[in-house]
Amino acid sequence: MSTNKNTGKPVDDLSGVETTGHEWDGIKELNNPLPRWWLWTFYGCIVWALVYTIFFPAWPMLSSATTGVLGYSSRADLTKTMSEVQVGNQAVVSKIAELPVADILADPELNRFASAAGESAFKVNCTQCHGTGAAGGPGYPNLNDDSWIWGGTIDAIYTTIAHGVRSPTDPDTRYNIMPNFGADELLDAASINTLAEYVASLSGLEGGVNTPEGAQLFSDNCAACHGEGGIGVTDVGGPNLTDALWLYEGSLASIKSQIEKPRHGVMQAWSEKLDDSTIKELAVYVHGLGGGE
Amino acid sequence: MVGAFIMSALAVDDAFRIHMGILTLILGIGVVVAMRLPAPVEGVAHSAGYMDGPVRVGSILTVFWGIIGFTVGLVAALQLAFPELNFGPWLNFGRIRPLHTSAVIFAFGGTALITTSFYVVQRTTRARLFGGDLAWFVFWGYQLFIALAATGYLLGITQSREYAEPEWYVDLWLTVVWVAYLVVFLGTLLKRKEPHIYVANWFYLAFIVTVALLHVVNNLAVPVSFFGSRSYSLFSGVQDALTQWWYGHNAVGFFLTAGFLGMMYYFLPKQAERPVYSYRLSIIHFWALIFLYIWAGPHHLHYTALPDWAQTLGMVFSIMLWMPSWGGMINGLMTLRGAWDKMRTDPIIRMMVIAVAFYGMSTFEGPVMSIKSVNALSHYTDWTIGHVHSGALGWVGMISFGAIYFLVPRLWGRERLYSLRMVNWHFWLATLGIVVYAAVMWVSGIMQGLMWREYDSQGFLVYSFAESVAAMHPYYVMRAAGGLLYLAGGLVMAFNIAMTIAGRVRTERPMPTPAQLQPAE
Repeated sequence: MSTNKNTGKPVDDLSGVETTGHEWDGIKELNNPLPRWWLWTFYGCIVWALVYTIFFPAWPMLSSATTGVLGYSSRADLTKTMSEVQVGNQAVVSKIAELPVADILADPELNRFASAAGESAFKVNCTQCHGTGAAGGPGYPNLNDDSWIWGGTIDAIYTTIAHGVRSPTDPDTRYNIMPNFGADELLDAASINTLAEYVASLSGLEGGVNTPEGAQLFSDNCAACHGEGGIGVTDVGGPNLTDALWLYEGSLASIKSQIEKPRHGVMQAWSEKLDDSTIKELAVYVHGLGGGE
Repeated sequence: MVGAFIMSALAVDDAFRIHMGILTLILGIGVVVAMRLPAPVEGVAHSAGYMDGPVRVGSILTVFWGIIGFTVGLVAALQLAFPELNFGPWLNFGRIRPLHTSAVIFAFGGTALITTSFYVVQRTTRARLFGGDLAWFVFWGYQLFIALAATGYLLGITQSREYAEPEWYVDLWLTVVWVAYLVVFLGTLLKRKEPHIYVANWFYLAFIVTVALLHVVNNLAVPVSFFGSRSYSLFSGVQDALTQWWYGHNAVGFFLTAGFLGMMYYFLPKQAERPVYSYRLSIIHFWALIFLYIWAGPHHLHYTALPDWAQTLGMVFSIMLWMPSWGGMINGLMTLRGAWDKMRTDPIIRMMVIAVAFYGMSTFEGPVMSIKSVNALSHYTDWTIGHVHSGALGWVGMISFGAIYFLVPRLWGRERLYSLRMVNWHFWLATLGIVVYAAVMWVSGIMQGLMWREYDSQGFLVYSFAESVAAMHPYYVMRAAGGLLYLAGGLVMAFNIAMTIAGRVRTERPMPTPAQLQPAE
């Protein structure tokens, strides 16, 4: 390491730059100036920042903050964006609010809009149980098929969504309870077995046996809700037992378990959470999924 | 210990009872070990009389906590990809995630910072650590904090403040330890035998002072009972959110940036054997960094209940922070001027350079993400996770590995590391891991943000949240693969360090020398 003749400071031989003369555990420091591009970019950022604060709300004062010459406000911005959409859709939206849901279904323009709106609302509110493709899952009905527990007309679907199923807070909710035939000892084990085999036979499930005893048990205990021959009664929400579609599982064991101690699903009354137009839109969307009557 | 036992007996909730039981156990084991140890092991006595005991234990524990932190991170990544891996209440994602972040930031990063700061401050002041065994108290006191925080998370004890989850009694303990740390560090600086204070120490000091301030203010809370684990924050509503993100952002700024810049300013010039590029740049960027960083926290709360003016200030201060952050990168990289050939021959230098490069990348990405219109897309998405990991894996991890590789042979008086080739393996595994991780999170984060905001011509949202989750599955799997590579690198390091401490030297083809790498004439 040499020395600068003018300043007397040591010079790093490799770079030819003076050092500061300090040394810590062998570490020295070169006396290089700030890189120009670094300094000017730093200044640029500061200038940009100051200019930005002139245009936008920024500096806190005693009781409020500067509002900026553009008068920007994120809340006002959101309201404006939302109202633009609302104004654009105003004509259609007000018709949906006024008309009964069956009329919305019948009008092609309203139907198209309501389906799109319903799909969006479905994705936010319904997919958690019914799935993103509305195919449901064990205990959660598939909405794509034409098997409807509480009816598949547009009005029936609308009522089901608005008032829910077994909702504890809505007096008009869809409500039924299947007795605990096994748990409450309404039927003995042998009868439940015979009955379950009969029910399984209605849709041709493995293990199903169609016996006169089974048919008699069914007629005495089940037909009031599930209909003669098990074809279902949508007025009381008794599912059809003759098709291949099952709410829980299509197996003899599952049927037996359901007769012994049935499970009962619950859907909330959506009129408590969503406005009437949204429920109409949901009904139109669900009706259009493929199985609407 | 007796106190903890009594607290356990009087506890008003089960979690607190178990936690105090754990504390009793740890302290009991500590007492037994302390009584059975003949005297503090001093290993290689240093001629200058430096106190290197805590540095030695700290080097080992840094590696240990690193492995723990990376492993828990891998578990968390796999839980996101495969939800079946959530076990229990104790090992579900909600508890594993803070365990991961705290293990990496506070256990791995914190231990690395305390360890290296004790080493660096002694070398650059030519003074033994101030306060005698107070340094040991700081060291083990901090480890106790880590143990209490980690077990608390698994028990479900949390005050739900990100990166400040431990409850009031653990916070009080950390405060005591941290003040002792400040006393040791400041005391050593005051009795220095050098006329000036080296830049690394400015950064370490800024880290210690500011973290004390952040920790105390953000954790101001009233315990429900002195015999229970719950407490209520002194702040509420948007003030609470702003205090939390003032803390959260500056935990990044002063813990993960300033502290590790202190590390870089010592170990990089030492390993490169070159003078620091610019003294003036180090002063200007230090003061600019600590002045500007503290105001940038509101950019974590864009488009929330936070008033617009505070959001604006958070954003413009973040933009102004860009160059002060880059000052550290320039000083790091330019210090290598005249020593660039070492990149080809010295894998430790290579590690430090990639650390500085990732530092530069993420301190550019940060200001970009603080711009409101960018943030509107990036906020709440995996992009943020990718950004944090560029910083944590790339910068914090790599510079710490470099420092550990530098320290261990010197602390145990070994001629060299067990294997330089294994350092090279570690370098490539870790670098590949980070690149995979960051790239995957960019793609999945931007995709996620675009799916959330996608709406059709009539103004209706196109995707449900669950659809965006399903779309991210392949990226989650790839991210876990990146994490696995990084963890593998960590394991290679652990083996290498253990062998070095054991005094073994691997028989291997040496790394090429500069002469061998000259192009043929």
